[in-house]
Amino acid sequence: MAEHDHDHDEGSNLSEMELRVRALETILVEKGYIETAALDRIVELYETKIGPHIGAQVIARAWSDPGFRQALLDDASKAVATIAQQVGRVGEHLIAVENTLQLHNMIVCTLCSCYPTDVLGLPPAWYKSFAYRSRVVKEPRAVLADFGVTLPAETEVRVWDSTAETRYLVVPVRPAGTEEWSEAQLATLITRDSMIGTGLPKNPSEVA
Amino acid sequence: MDGVHDMGGMDGFGKVEPEPNEPVFHHRWEGRVLAMSRAIGVFRAWTIDTSRHAIELMSPAFYLSRPYYEKWFVRNQNLLIERGLIDADEVEAGRALRPAKNLPRGPFSLDDIDKVTKRGSFYRPAQGPAKFKIGDRVRTKNIHPSTHTRLPRYARGHVGIVERLHGTHAFPDSVAAGRGDDPQWLYTVRFEAQELWGSEAEPKLKVSIEAFEPYLEHV
Repeated sequence: MAEHDHDHDEGSNLSEMELRVRALETILVEKGYIETAALDRIVELYETKIGPHIGAQVIARAWSDPGFRQALLDDASKAVATIAQQVGRVGEHLIAVENTLQLHNMIVCTLCSCYPTDVLGLPPAWYKSFAYRSRVVKEPRAVLADFGVTLPAETEVRVWDSTAETRYLVVPVRPAGTEEWSEAQLATLITRDSMIGTGLPKNPSEVA
Repeated sequence: MDGVHDMGGMDGFGKVEPEPNEPVFHHRWEGRVLAMSRAIGVFRAWTIDTSRHAIELMSPAFYLSRPYYEKWFVRNQNLLIERGLIDADEVEAGRALRPAKNLPRGPFSLDDIDKVTKRGSFYRPAQGPAKFKIGDRVRTKNIHPSTHTRLPRYARGHVGIVERLHGTHAFPDSVAAGRGDDPQWLYTVRFEAQELWGSEAEPKLKVSIEAFEPYLEHV
């Protein structure tokens, strides 16, 4: 968020949290533990460089290239590293799970907020919410309804609770009618939520 | 510990409310807290397991009522004081009052940015062969340690199938307790919904957890 977008935090009316956080940052910088410019850079990276567009490129490649799809399902960390120049850097323990017409995957961290940050950026607030964390392992179809998603009754739902350092990425089903689409076009269909499992890819008619 | 953070299966938290066009940070200070947390992670003042446990140790009322990044901030500030890297009177004063302590990995600078943007590895050398293999039926132990664990309450004492084997990883229960990595085999264990939630469970549902070997026993 740019400075001018949050005037309510600025001026003489700084929020209590803003003041407390500034104080701690001042202490850490004065002691030489961290550089302000390095913190600026981290914020900038998460605001502009590390986000769901990375995952969308990975999925679009998997949809277009059967060899890459198999490599992604076999070892997602390794497969994504092979296209790392295009998509940024991905660490260990990434696992891709593929949706089919019979199976729908969803990811959660019931204990905290573990999320495939390398490929999706920072998690949205709802992913960290008590409602999502408590409910999705017990009533995922009801949670999907909160997102406006209804699955066929015969589709099996699989929820992956990220209780260790493994991180899951959902490979959504490629929409019909996109056989001639390029990778770049396909990437425009792939939403963040479709890679978490709370959404589906966009309908091709929405972006064509 | 059987804390309020362990939320899987609880009722009463209402609907999930996605925010259209949600910003990465809702306030400037949230970004600063995230950045400080990442920087501290790189200089290894404490481990990720310690940082998770520190949040679990917050009172349930605080945990449930305060914003996500405020909990991170309080965690950072408290652990920095506890580790002697800053002092409480400096927090009061809002500025440094004495020189820095030496950090295990040195200070965090622009040169360290790459370490923030790529996750490290939690693989550790195996201490012995894996006890279970893919396809085995296993039961999660009915354990209730008062310390940090990554076996959620809803998945304790239940029978599932070993679906994946992830190699040996640092064991959070040990790391958070200050007892070192104690590497353990890590498995994906899959449960039928009825096994976890009873006969009224949603049909056609399976749930899996990532289970360290000490959480599991043969059926």
